[in-house]
Amino acid sequence: MSHPYDVVIGLEIHVQLQTESKMFSWCGTEFGLPPNTQTDPVSLGMPGTLPVMNRKAFELALKTAVALGAEITPFTKWDRKNYYYPDLPKNYQISQYDLPFSTGGWLDIPARKDGGGGSRCALTRVHLEEDTGKLTHGVGDYSEVDLNRAGIPLMEIVGEPEIRSAADARGCLEELKLTLRSLGVSDCEMQEGSLRCDANVNLHIHKDGKTIATPIVEIKNLNSFRAVEKALNYETERQYKKWLEDGLTIKDSPKTTRGWNDAEEVTKPQREKETAADYRYFPEPDLVPVVVDEEWLARVRASIGELPGARRERFQTAYGLSPYDANVLVEQGDDVADYFDAVARDTSEYKLASNWIQQDVLRSIKDKKQAIADFPVRPDALADLINRVKRGELNTNQGREVLGRMIETGDPAETVIELGGYKMVSDSGAIAAAVDAALAANPQAIEDIKKGKKKPEAVKGFLRGQVMKQTGGKANPALVGELLEAKLAELLA
Amino acid sequence: MNADLLKDATAATLLAQLNAGEVRSEELVRGYLDRADALKRLNVFVHLDPDHVLDQARAVDARRAAGEPVGPLAGVPVAIKDVLCVEKEPTTCGSRMLKDFRPPYDATAIVKLREAGAILFGKTNMDEFAMGSSTENSAYGPTLNPWDEERIPGGSSGGSAAAVAADLAPLSLGTDTGGSIRQPAAVCGLVGLKPTYGRVSRYGLIAFASSLDQIGPFAHDLADAALLLRVISGRDERDATSVDRPVPDYVATLDRKPESLRIGVAREFFGEGLDPEVEAAVREAIRVYEKAGATIKDVSLPNSKYGVPAYYIVAPAECSSNLSRYDGTIFGHRAEDWSPKYPGEDALHPLVRMMMASRAEGFGAEVKRRIMLGTFCLSAGYADQYYNQALKVRRLIRNDFDAAFQDVDVILGPTSPSPAFKLGERTADPLAMYLSDIYTITANLAGIPGLSLPCGLTKSNLPIGLQLLAPAFAEENLLRTARVFERATDWHTKRPAIGA
Repeated sequence: MSHPYDVVIGLEIHVQLQTESKMFSWCGTEFGLPPNTQTDPVSLGMPGTLPVMNRKAFELALKTAVALGAEITPFTKWDRKNYYYPDLPKNYQISQYDLPFSTGGWLDIPARKDGGGGSRCALTRVHLEEDTGKLTHGVGDYSEVDLNRAGIPLMEIVGEPEIRSAADARGCLEELKLTLRSLGVSDCEMQEGSLRCDANVNLHIHKDGKTIATPIVEIKNLNSFRAVEKALNYETERQYKKWLEDGLTIKDSPKTTRGWNDAEEVTKPQREKETAADYRYFPEPDLVPVVVDEEWLARVRASIGELPGARRERFQTAYGLSPYDANVLVEQGDDVADYFDAVARDTSEYKLASNWIQQDVLRSIKDKKQAIADFPVRPDALADLINRVKRGELNTNQGREVLGRMIETGDPAETVIELGGYKMVSDSGAIAAAVDAALAANPQAIEDIKKGKKKPEAVKGFLRGQVMKQTGGKANPALVGELLEAKLAELLA
Repeated sequence: MNADLLKDATAATLLAQLNAGEVRSEELVRGYLDRADALKRLNVFVHLDPDHVLDQARAVDARRAAGEPVGPLAGVPVAIKDVLCVEKEPTTCGSRMLKDFRPPYDATAIVKLREAGAILFGKTNMDEFAMGSSTENSAYGPTLNPWDEERIPGGSSGGSAAAVAADLAPLSLGTDTGGSIRQPAAVCGLVGLKPTYGRVSRYGLIAFASSLDQIGPFAHDLADAALLLRVISGRDERDATSVDRPVPDYVATLDRKPESLRIGVAREFFGEGLDPEVEAAVREAIRVYEKAGATIKDVSLPNSKYGVPAYYIVAPAECSSNLSRYDGTIFGHRAEDWSPKYPGEDALHPLVRMMMASRAEGFGAEVKRRIMLGTFCLSAGYADQYYNQALKVRRLIRNDFDAAFQDVDVILGPTSPSPAFKLGERTADPLAMYLSDIYTITANLAGIPGLSLPCGLTKSNLPIGLQLLAPAFAEENLLRTARVFERATDWHTKRPAIGA
């Protein structure tokens, strides 16, 4: 699809940090409790209470910023953002204004099979603040306020408007989720609201050698990665059509806000704030500035393990995996990638290990909704099975069958092979007999090749299958191929 | 009840009697409760629950009788400014806004009082949200000065000052944002101390201006003030701005002569508008110090003149934010009627109208004035001119003090430019009212400790206060230096001739 325009997308992402207690109090943070039970005087904003910074939360944010390659501000402070809203019990939010704890940084969007991705999204800043409560409207002629969420540590990541497609925007978010989960910073569940995203989008339309920018739209209510992609695609087309109709540009119209309607798959205008926001920011007098010294930074750096991006690279260079395979393994999260690494320690058949993990292991744990830690075949057992295939004890098909049994029983390969009689047949006499039998049973096969009715390779494939069938799938496939070739050469000569 | 018991009593004399078993706390508080009843006209207490007071006293008596260890204030009543949260007790801040607020927790200073065995003796009247210098801005009516019932007791901690001055409690707690302990102490003839910012935890102090507020003691004399200060001071993990420094035993060292007695006299504290009788008393105090061997030096605090304007930007700015939570949604008075009343209001969301109506009804005029001032000063396009400029002035004022304290240990001057003025005298003129704090405000802006102690009486028998300022965390030396004056004079023994 080619359009005479570029899409320009900037993301504003909010991530709840995984901490035991809230950003500025000792109150717990568990998700899903009855409304207003996860509160204390501080997070309720009771008169007289004071915030005290949760150092753990700050450190998690620091870890994120370091991992994203951001610059850490050595002296950072807190500010009050003042606005009246019932989900904000103090009517001000403790946030960071002109001295965020980090600036810059980037996210690498992984390459996709469709050729997209493979680009980098620069970040403007990352700052820390307290989450607000949650309002439920439409319960009656009133709204309900739940302050369980109020005061949860919230990290705001502002990206530069550098993303060029909806799929890249989604890729950027998925990569962020993968990275933050790997860091242990957040579970990034969009459904539960621990990752939230607003997207700013407009078009740069190319017309008569000029570039025309359409008005910027901020899309809200994006509650899944899928929604982000769909909404941006929808909005892109809508803006283009709109421009064809009215020709309005960024100069004619201020930024507007639209909400994504997941059911109807459209964006709809949202009510604008009645007056221009003036948050009357000023330094939070109840908190002291935070000084991040080299020692602290060094400790944080040391706590960061291998990040998904680096792991993808390593899977390609160390194990010779394709970018696609490396990505499939890494994007499952650290547990699966760790599992692969463990298998790869005990076998050198990396490709086979990667294939079986992608096909059999992942299917099994997905079907059973199991964590890989609970998967019955441990990495050493899988490596052992793979090595047996490599040594020629089993052919690949047998190997997968044995793996299937191992998953069911939890037994090691040796036991399954013995009990199931899975030994591969490498007896050339027996295989030659099977080749003869297969040819005898399918005389038209030779005729098809002779008369040029079918391609020889297709016929050979069919015949190999027949031979395997004859041997109950136990034949050494290399030997089958060899003997079949010899026999065919003889017959076709 | 022995009426003599309360006569000329101090916390120290009462503690001696309590510890000697000559009197029980229950008897003592009954005496004070009777007196509070008899002096209701002074309007000192916003809330005083006799049963609650008696329960506490009996509990302390029981511990003493059982020979259990008791705290340093065991059985001694302490009146509490109604800005400090006391669990389950009304805490109104002198405002209609919080008339039904009962906090589910104790302020840290209150926890410390309880641990020290003090009897929490009622909540005292104050200017609404601590904004004022006369206690006339209370939604619960003004408090009268025990020395002259036609006059104000100072403010904003006027109730706490009057409580001690009228012998309704030997000790009380106030808060000082721009002089709200020192000025009432001065006009009520008491010792009042504003500690260094960060010395006492602000947790549970309902904020007026967070970067300026401090809790401090009122007492008849320095020994009592030192005792109460020692109890409430110290680092609190619930207040990030409280400072982790050891708390000296202010009581034990009080009578030691200061190692160095260099006293600075700032010419800026003797300017226009200073009442001649006040000036004469302060000049006399300088002579007392000279006689005691002090070196008197002139010092200069050139940026003091910007203190009041800077304060009236910083404090309202912070208050406009601190008080925004009182909108009738979760906290504060909620209006019953929020139907549109003025043109254009019908276009507003009902929730916005509810907040507007609630705030219009809940806050008094002075609070509204400061919220508007502060909101303006923080607004886009104005913050640089006002708020950020005021922060710069703050730094200059602090620098002035740092420079002055290179040469002197303490800076001396009047606490307030005049003795207690008449009720209603300044209510129509906010600027005149603001100038009551002209000498006290700079200490808050600089974060340093300040103390007021009695140094004379006017011809009309109104107390005059002497202010001493010291470097940050030099409370110990500040008290010892003040004690030099107290030992040489008997002003601290004067009490109003108030008939119960």
